[in-house]
Amino acid sequence: MSSSTATHTYTPKTRVGKVTDYVDSRVGGSGIVKEFGRKIFPDHWTFMFGEVALYTFVILLISGTFLTFFYDPSMAETHYEGSYLPLRGVEMSVAYASSLDISFDIRGGLFMRQIHHWAALLFVASVAVHMLRVFFTGAFRRPREFNWVVGCVLLILSLAAGFTGYSLPDDLLSGNGLRIIDGVMKAIPVVGTYLSFFLFGGEFPGTMIIGRLYVLHILLIPAVILLMIGIHLFMVVLHKHSQFPGPGRTNTNVVGYPVGPVYAAKAGGFFFIVFGVLAAIAAAFTINPIWNYGPYDPSPVSAGTQPDWYIGWVDGALRLMPGTIGDNFDFEFMIPFPWGVNALSLNVLIPALVPAIIVFTAMFLWPWIEAWVTKDKREHHLLNRPRNAPTRTAIGVAGITFYCVMWAAASSDLIATHFLVSLNDVLYWLRFLVIFGPILAFMVSRRISLALQRKDREIALHGRETGRIVRLPHGEFIEVHEQVDDYKRYKLTAFESPEVMVPTPDENGKIGLVDKVHGRVSRFFFEDRVAPVTPKELAASHGDHHGEIAGTKDRESIASH
Amino acid sequence: MADSSHGAPGTSVTVAAPGAELDEFQNPGLPPHRPRLADRDPKAEKRAERQVALLFAISVVGTLLFFVGYFFIPLDQTIERLRLQNLMLGLGTAFAMLGIGVGIVHWAKTLMPDHEVTESRHEVRSEQDRQDAEKIVNDILEESGIKRRPLIRNTLLGAAILAPLPAIAIFRDLGPLPGNTLKQTMWDTGVRLTRDPSGTPIRASDVTVGSAFHVIPEGLNEVENKLEEKAKAVVLLMRLDPEELNPSPGRENWGYDGIVAYSKICTHVGCPVALYEQQTHHLLCPCHQSTFDLEQECKVIFGPAARPLPQLPIEIDDEGYLVASSDFQEPVGPSFWERG
Repeated sequence: MSSSTATHTYTPKTRVGKVTDYVDSRVGGSGIVKEFGRKIFPDHWTFMFGEVALYTFVILLISGTFLTFFYDPSMAETHYEGSYLPLRGVEMSVAYASSLDISFDIRGGLFMRQIHHWAALLFVASVAVHMLRVFFTGAFRRPREFNWVVGCVLLILSLAAGFTGYSLPDDLLSGNGLRIIDGVMKAIPVVGTYLSFFLFGGEFPGTMIIGRLYVLHILLIPAVILLMIGIHLFMVVLHKHSQFPGPGRTNTNVVGYPVGPVYAAKAGGFFFIVFGVLAAIAAAFTINPIWNYGPYDPSPVSAGTQPDWYIGWVDGALRLMPGTIGDNFDFEFMIPFPWGVNALSLNVLIPALVPAIIVFTAMFLWPWIEAWVTKDKREHHLLNRPRNAPTRTAIGVAGITFYCVMWAAASSDLIATHFLVSLNDVLYWLRFLVIFGPILAFMVSRRISLALQRKDREIALHGRETGRIVRLPHGEFIEVHEQVDDYKRYKLTAFESPEVMVPTPDENGKIGLVDKVHGRVSRFFFEDRVAPVTPKELAASHGDHHGEIAGTKDRESIASH
Repeated sequence: MADSSHGAPGTSVTVAAPGAELDEFQNPGLPPHRPRLADRDPKAEKRAERQVALLFAISVVGTLLFFVGYFFIPLDQTIERLRLQNLMLGLGTAFAMLGIGVGIVHWAKTLMPDHEVTESRHEVRSEQDRQDAEKIVNDILEESGIKRRPLIRNTLLGAAILAPLPAIAIFRDLGPLPGNTLKQTMWDTGVRLTRDPSGTPIRASDVTVGSAFHVIPEGLNEVENKLEEKAKAVVLLMRLDPEELNPSPGRENWGYDGIVAYSKICTHVGCPVALYEQQTHHLLCPCHQSTFDLEQECKVIFGPAARPLPQLPIEIDDEGYLVASSDFQEPVGPSFWERG
């Protein structure tokens, strides 16, 4: 136990052995190697999204550090003297001028800016897609609920990191973004104006905001993200990775490749692939050409501008909300109080807060909502194929639809100009879709899930269609089906299909309100269900099958063909 | 190509298998391992080895390409040069990284063992640990005496609740209080309307019917807090046929012979309402498409804004220049709680 009294009995023979022993005897690396060297990680292409998120974050740290060496977050006024001729002599902030210098006067600076921006876009996207994977496969179920919550926090942090960074160049485009943030903030009842004055250090735009966003962007937010990633990965190791059901895979084992060498090589190599792809994108595709926008000025604005994609849904929601209805009703309410009249701007507050509150609340609480519906308290290490949880899948698709309609609304003007349709009509349609789209998507995707489950049943029972058409002696044509093997059949049948839980009366013969509601919700979730094929059914179906399709003689004749 | 999918091809398993009376299929266990081409054929193995080495070599070429772009393409203030350098740095990095990445993954997939291994999961916690932990926590609480001494507990609680408050209060000086600043702008009686951004004054005769001017108050370019004042004071000036304007009672003399001035800051969330549709006399905000109708005193006719754009009362001075008659009669820009 105590290393101070331990005597060295081991003498390494090789040089590597000497170095590792030197380190090991001081910090105890053997234990780590023993624990992780051959740890098993299941493999599936959908497990890759989380890796992409992690790797893009590393790339963001590397490229971001480079940018900090040249960027100056000052809003002091200066006149541009750099290499970009069209802006020579123009009055601008030092922050914008240094961003231009990074782009035009520092070799590789533009490349670093581009890879940083592209990596940021990919970072948020991969976090989001990773969370969708976790949601649709049910990986958030016990014991991984807390890790799901950590993931939700990471998603919010990644949005915050993105937005704070987006504003730093202090260009016209991002300045108008800040203007919108300021407007939304001021709409918050009671404290809004104060919040805005505190954030901007006085009236908008002030001279403080860029420096403050900079500290948030390069210090506070990345530090918290790193901490959360640490917790996230710690829990992944603790729980061991979940896996898809299949032959050989059970709820009590992990099937996959050992960290050393296969998994480490694949995951490590993948980092370089992500880096390489981002570098190729940054080489070939311009992102955020701030020199075209000019410095921030509260007066000009360009039409057809878009925020970075992940802010789009909030911007879209702002566009969708009508400010007035008819001639005499508007959503800005003037409320008389004893001390005077105060303004409540619901036309701003509702779209800025309500969709975000709905989406994030549902996201954070979903593991417990679903556990309450299913009353399932077991540990789950086997994932669901999305089709095998039709209602959850449908709710997820409805959520995506809700999000995407708002996202599309952020481009309402571009949709109108590109497709030569009326801007007003585009918005009316999107207003309709933001309400009814999710409902429609729910119904359609649940039906699709159920249909896919039926298809699986069909294959498990009758085998796969071979495309071989055979004419029987009595003239009938049949398509020959080929039975799937045991492994494939197991994959198609290894799932649970929960049934509706009917509320049971207590000893007084009464059903409580909560039980009643639960019964309803349970029926909503599981009323339409497809059960997995059982061996009994398979045996029975085969009896039928052969009698149905062909007699013994016919079968022999088919076999001889 | 080596097929890495599992299960012997074409195995059709007899159906009347034992266990037909079961409710679910038994787990058949891991499918048999299928060797890859490189596992069986030394030639294929050698080939894969060469492919991996080639990919690593491509990475070296990529790194060299980066250096060529960095050192041998001097920037000469033209966008074309910059683009070329950016392309070479980017492609160089891309090849350098992809060569390594694809090489390693190819190595792992073709040459490293692809036997899937099974490991059992262990419980997140054991019952024994739970009991031990519970006992430890209870012992700690007991020894600390926090349960037995409510006086200590309650005073600590009170202190702990109060102690963080300075950490919040200390942020008070992040910014000044709003005061009256949001309710007043640089406009005042007699302040000339000037062009944005040059600051040259505008004569009424310069403004022809159908034209629109982006306007700032005279002297804006000289003030200390220029951007803050500009964010409130920018104005759009337009001239219509006086017949088309329908001023409400009390606002008849806010314009001059069909010339009217409205705040350019959207009443929604503050973007500049920069688009003027000359034919329809509509003002459109490009951020969220709020549309204001000049013929109805900039009433909202579409979009998320809830309030008309405030009008700036204007007149002409002795020299024929347009001047403001007063400041705006209501706060400009996005709504805020104290606006009323």
